[in-house]
Amino acid sequence: MSLGIEVDMSSPLMYGTPSSRVEGTPRSGVGGTPARQRPDLGSIRKAPQVDLHSDADGAVASEQALGQKLVIWGTDVNVGTCKEKFQRFLQRFIDPTSNEDENAGLDLNEPLYMQKLEEISVVGEPVLNVNCSHVQSFDADLYRQLISYPQEVIPTFDMAVNELFFERFPDSILEHQIQVRPYNALKTRNMRSLNPEDIDQMITISGMVIRTSQLIPEMQEAFFQCQVCAFSTRVEVDRGRIAEPAVCRNCNTTHSLALIHNRSAFSDKQMIKVQESPDDMPAGQTPHTTIVYAHNDLVDKVQPGDRINITGIYRAVPMRENPRQSNVKSVYKTHIDVIHFRKTDEKRLHGLDEDSDQKLFTEERVQILKELASKPDVYDRLSSALAPSIYEHEDIKKGILLQLFGGTRKDFSQTGRGNFRAEVNILLCGDPGTSKSQLLQYVFNLVPRGQYTSGKGSSAVGLTAYVMKDPETKQLVLQTGALVLSDNGICCIDEFDKMSDSTRSVLHEVMEQQTLSIAKAGIICQLNARTSVLAAANPVESQWNPKKTTIENIQLPHTLLSRFDLIFLMLDPQDEAYDRRLAHHLVALYYQSEEQIEEEFLDMAVLKDYIAYARTYINPRLNEEASQALIEAYVDMRKIGSGRGMVSAYPRQLESLIRLAEAHAKVRFSDKVETIDVEEAKRLQREALKQSATDPRTGFVDISILTTGMSATARKRKEEVAQALKKMIQSKGKTPAMKYQQLFDDLRGQSEAAITKDMFEEALRALADEDYLTVTGKTVRLL
Amino acid sequence: MPSSHDWINKPLGVVEAMFAQSNSNPEWEAKVLEYFKGQLKEKESHSWVPSLNDVPLHYLKPNSLVKFRCLVQDMFDPEFYMGVYETVDPSTKANVLRCGKYKDVTECGVDLNSRNTVTAERQTFYCVPIPGESPWAKEISFLSAARVVPSTSYVPSRQKRSYEEDDDDMDTQPQKQREPHTEPHGNGDSKRQETEAPSSQTTTPSDCSSHLDLNFPLPGERGPACLVKVYEGLDSFKLNDTLEIYGILSVNPVLTVLGEEKDPSLLLLNPTESMETPEEQRAHDPPASLVPRLHMLYARPLQHNNPLLPSAPTEDQSAFVSSFLVEMASVRAELLAYLTHVLLGDGLAAEYLLLHLISDVYTRRDVLPLGKFTLNLSGCPLNSYTERLYQIVQQLVPCSYRLSMSLHTMNSMRLVPKKDYVANRLVSGALQLARNTSLFLDETQLEQGQLDSSGVRNITALGNLISWQKVDYDFSYHQMEFPCNINVLVTSEGRSLLPSDCQVPLQPQVTPPNMEEYLTTIHMAQFTSQINKFRVYLSLARTLDYSISDEVTKAVEDDFVDMRKDDPQSVTAEDLHRMLVVARLLSLSLGQTTLSRDGWMRAKHIDMLRRSRTEQQKSLNGNEP
Repeated sequence: MSLGIEVDMSSPLMYGTPSSRVEGTPRSGVGGTPARQRPDLGSIRKAPQVDLHSDADGAVASEQALGQKLVIWGTDVNVGTCKEKFQRFLQRFIDPTSNEDENAGLDLNEPLYMQKLEEISVVGEPVLNVNCSHVQSFDADLYRQLISYPQEVIPTFDMAVNELFFERFPDSILEHQIQVRPYNALKTRNMRSLNPEDIDQMITISGMVIRTSQLIPEMQEAFFQCQVCAFSTRVEVDRGRIAEPAVCRNCNTTHSLALIHNRSAFSDKQMIKVQESPDDMPAGQTPHTTIVYAHNDLVDKVQPGDRINITGIYRAVPMRENPRQSNVKSVYKTHIDVIHFRKTDEKRLHGLDEDSDQKLFTEERVQILKELASKPDVYDRLSSALAPSIYEHEDIKKGILLQLFGGTRKDFSQTGRGNFRAEVNILLCGDPGTSKSQLLQYVFNLVPRGQYTSGKGSSAVGLTAYVMKDPETKQLVLQTGALVLSDNGICCIDEFDKMSDSTRSVLHEVMEQQTLSIAKAGIICQLNARTSVLAAANPVESQWNPKKTTIENIQLPHTLLSRFDLIFLMLDPQDEAYDRRLAHHLVALYYQSEEQIEEEFLDMAVLKDYIAYARTYINPRLNEEASQALIEAYVDMRKIGSGRGMVSAYPRQLESLIRLAEAHAKVRFSDKVETIDVEEAKRLQREALKQSATDPRTGFVDISILTTGMSATARKRKEEVAQALKKMIQSKGKTPAMKYQQLFDDLRGQSEAAITKDMFEEALRALADEDYLTVTGKTVRLL
Repeated sequence: MPSSHDWINKPLGVVEAMFAQSNSNPEWEAKVLEYFKGQLKEKESHSWVPSLNDVPLHYLKPNSLVKFRCLVQDMFDPEFYMGVYETVDPSTKANVLRCGKYKDVTECGVDLNSRNTVTAERQTFYCVPIPGESPWAKEISFLSAARVVPSTSYVPSRQKRSYEEDDDDMDTQPQKQREPHTEPHGNGDSKRQETEAPSSQTTTPSDCSSHLDLNFPLPGERGPACLVKVYEGLDSFKLNDTLEIYGILSVNPVLTVLGEEKDPSLLLLNPTESMETPEEQRAHDPPASLVPRLHMLYARPLQHNNPLLPSAPTEDQSAFVSSFLVEMASVRAELLAYLTHVLLGDGLAAEYLLLHLISDVYTRRDVLPLGKFTLNLSGCPLNSYTERLYQIVQQLVPCSYRLSMSLHTMNSMRLVPKKDYVANRLVSGALQLARNTSLFLDETQLEQGQLDSSGVRNITALGNLISWQKVDYDFSYHQMEFPCNINVLVTSEGRSLLPSDCQVPLQPQVTPPNMEEYLTTIHMAQFTSQINKFRVYLSLARTLDYSISDEVTKAVEDDFVDMRKDDPQSVTAEDLHRMLVVARLLSLSLGQTTLSRDGWMRAKHIDMLRRSRTEQQKSLNGNEP
């Protein structure tokens, strides 16, 4: 190193400043590559090294020999050992089980960080991100030092890396020396648990960016010039202050030095406000915020709204002492100097995988969950823990439970089929006042990324996305609506039937393709909306009419209905035993003791974790028997219909069967979908169909009610009427025009079955479609 | 009356003495709390402590012990302060350890590099007086507290008069359109504030000297807001808690000056200071003369803010309760008669109003709040009847607010609190209310027109409040749900557009030619002592325990099955829910803590009456949905 001349070379704190940059063409090698200041590690403090054994000052020269005894003042860090340890870590650390996406494409059986260094030499970006958990598993003591004394240890790491790097790649040219950025300090905590003990330690916290400031130039080094003799001197900023030299060293004039701004060195700095993420907060309190400073190239890396993990050093600065006041406020200002950002929702946007919400489960918690999963009746237990205040409706609860778990996500984009939907959609219809909304509210409260909207109040834009002017930046920004916000969650839509047609049409894309296309105000994009939809609809006539089909009762287009995996009716069963149990349940609700209520709340927490765990870690696949069972089930379903000359199952039904079976396997924490899962899926689907797709005229379950909006018998009858009408007109001979009313009366007289005006008109329309006749006003003309 | 009130006058002296004795043994902190708690336990002693609610700030001694009855409006970020620090005496050069707890500023000459400095953590709560506190509640607590005020030179002299004035108002100025929360003094003033409030909330004033927005939930509120520094038990406090806080008052002018001066060159070098936007500084460090600091020593959560009732659950209270229980039935009858008069002779509506006034969300089952009883009083006569009705309700309950649902207010008013990230504070809204506040929604004020988007949002918020007893606070990137416990009474002409637990069409038996006069006469006929009894009754009935015996459970079940047998459509699960609530409230209103068969039959009976009345109304109007 040829840069520092008068300073102690061995000090890790000796950092070249921008002023010491070598002008001209960059050369390679440690010496040739300029170092860059790290304001993230705080102002450069001239911390002396202390020799533990002797006070002799000769330590500087023979640093290697005496290395073992030398520590940085105030710490137990020995520079030499620390450097050596870290180099060993870099050279030897292997993590064969790594699944971080950052390590994609690296050979997991080779030293991980050496490969990364190689990458640096190729790409030329002089930043090395180091996962602290790797350091910990490699050398716990080194890790402890890193956490406790980041300000001293990280520069040592930098030195170690650079030596190693330029030894290996002596010819590579970098913009500046490599900087080590540790992340994922295992002491990850939420903002709320930060306390005075964490000051000056390295921490990792998670949160959401709420504000970013403008770029602030921060002076790193002041440049002074003597007004008398033009002698110049540089003064480094120490803890936000510049010691202005009073005397010129050259000509000894006092107070002759003036600050020259444009020759002083500045670094970029940005203030970022981070707010605690809503999931980490205790109920009933407001979220905390923390100020974070980003330096140099970390400036402008994050935007308001991003969810991030921040690794940095926690600082507390006393409020500035005011020389004119004798006493000061006794409060410290706290902030975090950021070393590393990691966006937690980045992956969500790219749709790579779903373990972005790495919810941390403690060992015991996992144990409890697994224990629960091993119980044979876990499925029933969970479904009864779901919304205990709502009475019965077991199958509906089970359906919703499966929806909460969801199927396995499959990617067929290679074969051109795109993503398969893994989310289960459920529609509840039924009489008003059957606690549908309550069920929706419960689900909304249970899942972390849930949205609740009412069809009455929401518009297409509210569900999808809209463009608005950001009040701060005055730029057009895309504001996402409920469906996008509930990506990977559940979107609960109440009063589904009250929704306007245009709004509903948005759902077509979401519920099958799981994406949302937007073309608004010059912004054309496709957003992910992998959301499950849980909708509730009321019948058109305030009461459910058992004489009508589902479609007729709720008046929703069949194209939309067929996208629901399960459609349940929530009806008042109106039988005495049920009434009694219901009454008992409700009365109990009103006087149960505190403890019992307490117990249930515990259940809700367990249920939450159980679902989160299963969603994150369990990805069941079909086994051979299950596939066979599914095939059989589908064939059986097709067969039922074929006997009566109608289609009784479509591939959509098969797909939803698979999803339900997978979800059921997830409930059992099983990696394999087995026959029992298929059985339950079949049962649930049958149950739902029995409720929603029974043709009231025949009493048979008829899938075409949902898929085409009309039962097969109804269609057949329509056909018959049309044919009868045609026959009748033909029998009349050559009459080019007929009176409408007369034709209707004739048909009525001829037919045995009662013919309504609607049926007659439908028949006319059908014949008009055949180009057999046209209807103009009150006359019917043959063509 | 004890002579030594050092713990009230100079609490910091007590703290420091204990600190000095401790030899930096951390137990001293607990001892301090213990000491003050002990002092306050003594009979009557808490009434010697002057209250920020009653005594103007400039009459209070700085650094003395004061109390404050308030609502936690916002919780600021935790701050680190010097719990223990060392000072260097400039003359003797001796180092002295000092305690920084319960103080805003340090003594001079702090040695920042001392190794003995202990950094500790505390949190600041922004507290405002309980929103919508009725004038009578303020007056009475003022009267009872101001008997002995040893630490102030302030002698309350006009309280007696203004209390009467309040009553006078009702008869001498009947024509005057009184604003719902006008205080007995300075009518015009508060009215002006009310019109100003919305505009000052939306636009943050740009210069420091301009009027400070104290962020009260309701427009036109007054009283001191306070920054409460909390040292212990941070997790036990929640937003919107009502507390009585005992703490050390700090009004050091340094607090204000610090933020004022800005030397641009210093800012460049010390950017930490420039990080706070002026708005944030104003919200977090307002002048101490306007927003005093209070260092909490002891806080008592308030179950209610009715000054006529002993507030702490002590033996005192249980004795009080049992003595009052005897009277319960007779007071109820009187109150019912009074309300019947007020509701123009409609006994059934009066019964329901009474039940509504004692309702309370006593627990929640998953998302379902139990015990809420939102009443929709439909068919209200127009022309300021509802206003007068509100005034009568206000006379009975300790906390209330009338929201006139005119198109303009619905479109322009902020109901839901919203986080302002620029100032880093929670901008309050009218739905940030203390528990058991009576929210009087006056739908008769609604006229034809179009609700804009904020109007729709406000209506949705009200709907959520009624159905789920929760308010979704707007944190701009996400919403956060805060459960609440607010009694909502909706008065409307036809059926309300808002959901409600129970609708009662008003059937006036009398049609007084002059409504104002009629109501005033009724009001005048009541003695203050009588009204006070009603007040106690309403607050007390709510706090009683309640249970249902197995036997009655069985009877209720049978009854339900029977009713369904005749006509399944007539009684649904929802009806059973409501009848159970009615039965509960009916029993409690009679001072009975268990449901009796009679109680159940009565509940069923009045619900039948009410339902037949709604049916009748439906067939009468025909076009009603």
